[in-house]
Amino acid sequence: MSKKPTIAVSAVQGAFIEHEKRLASLGCEVFELRQATDLERPFDALVLPGGESTVQAKLLRELNMFGTMRARIVEGMPVLGTCAGLILLAERIEDGDGDLAGLDPEIAAVRTRVTGFGTLPVTVRRNGYGRQLGSFHAHAPFTAEGAAPRRAHDEAATQLPCHLERPNFAEPREATAAFAIGMEPNAKAAPTVPMTFIRAPFITEVRADAGAKALAEVDGRIVAAQAGNQIGVAFHPELDEDNTVYQAFLALI
Amino acid sequence: MSDATATQTPEERYALNKQLAQMLKGGVIMDVTTPEQAHIAEAAGACAVMALERIPADIRAAGGVSRMSDPKMIKGIQAAVSIPVMAKCRIGHFAEAQILQAIQIDYIDESEVLSPADDTYHIDKTQFSVPFVCGARNLGEALRRIEEGASMIRTKGEPGTGDVVQAVRHMRMMNAEIRRVQNMRDDELFEAAKQLQVPYRLVKYVHENGKLPVVNFAAGGVATPADAALMMQLGAEGVFVGSGIFKSGDPAKRAAAIVKAVTNYNDPEMLAALSEDLGEAMVGINESEIKLIMEERGQ
Repeated sequence: MSKKPTIAVSAVQGAFIEHEKRLASLGCEVFELRQATDLERPFDALVLPGGESTVQAKLLRELNMFGTMRARIVEGMPVLGTCAGLILLAERIEDGDGDLAGLDPEIAAVRTRVTGFGTLPVTVRRNGYGRQLGSFHAHAPFTAEGAAPRRAHDEAATQLPCHLERPNFAEPREATAAFAIGMEPNAKAAPTVPMTFIRAPFITEVRADAGAKALAEVDGRIVAAQAGNQIGVAFHPELDEDNTVYQAFLALI
Repeated sequence: MSDATATQTPEERYALNKQLAQMLKGGVIMDVTTPEQAHIAEAAGACAVMALERIPADIRAAGGVSRMSDPKMIKGIQAAVSIPVMAKCRIGHFAEAQILQAIQIDYIDESEVLSPADDTYHIDKTQFSVPFVCGARNLGEALRRIEEGASMIRTKGEPGTGDVVQAVRHMRMMNAEIRRVQNMRDDELFEAAKQLQVPYRLVKYVHENGKLPVVNFAAGGVATPADAALMMQLGAEGVFVGSGIFKSGDPAKRAAAIVKAVTNYNDPEMLAALSEDLGEAMVGINESEIKLIMEERGQ
């Protein structure tokens, strides 16, 4: 990067100011996307922040920003999606188990669905950890090179290098994360990154055949993935001090 | 739910609860009384819903003691939407709050809209894992609630009136006091803490950061896209809309318009377009016409 990169941050709803402050501190020019005319300004990369994916998907469409943003992403514009932003990027979206359990089928049928850009070849489960009481903070390795892509979740238990039955949470979380579940044992050492999960989604499938790879896992669940110039993370790098995720994103420019 | 929650320290839990409020910023939280209304709110772009049996205008009209809603009704709304669901408990009624925590509510509003259960003490919110939002009319009230464990603040407004005057008054008061504290000499902060009746460390935070340590929304009397834009321009980080939506002629359309107004609160042309043809707004009552002033509950 020779000149200062210009980053556009989607600002229709959510925690966009936190991203803007961080990107500015990393030497980026930053501006907000609130309506279609904002997309006429030139920019080098795009950030889709956390917030509510139902709200953001609706507003991006109704404010006539959706098509242009999707076209840019498809053309290869570097994009970082965090939490709700990951959901907007994901090709397939599932609703959280907990939310739909025991739900009247009539209500389930009419529940508001999120239709996002669908450009990142992964499947995410919205509200994967349940409600706010399920929100948590963790530390886990994050590698922009990516771990060997594979199907998450059901195979995770058998792929643990040390065959943990289930991570023991009485131990500090760093200890469980150090097993780098699902990553190749001799993969290049990935930096351990603090991760804040707020009513977060997780990734249930990463489609390697479409070029996607997992970047991080917590408790056997994939929480970050990349395909080409798109990085999607289930957690909030804007809420922790670590810059690893931002560096991986800015390296795409 | 992740087992990780079992080992969280109270400090970590409080941080996560403040951070959920951060995710709601730039959004609209709508009062709903049925799963159908919750649907309409979510489809219109609400970032969260407040589940309650009667909306404030009806509480005001009905009079009598107003309590926490039936948990079954709240669970029905939780099942109907994927966005966060909040519910109100009475000021000081920690047993109602325990019940709301037991049904995994995403946010508890310890609210002056319900009849206060305790005329002296607020709930010790530090004893809970779920987050709390509390009303405040000024900086002192806001910081006292935060010291008690609130992880989000809203203005009190005057619920159920459709009159935005008090929300405006509270937001202006809060921000004027924040600016005053920000501009003080360091050695004046101790006296400010004494006058505000709050801990010194919170006054110091406001002095250094020029803002509350938690997210601050506007609430009370917001009935139009213009009301929402007014509150955002006055410094609100998002908006609660109570009676304003489901007491109006076309709730879905009005709700969607208010959501867009919060995103583009600085664009008068867009606000003009959003304000067109919304049907009848809630009739409302002027502040001076009402007998029961709810905002004075819980200081």
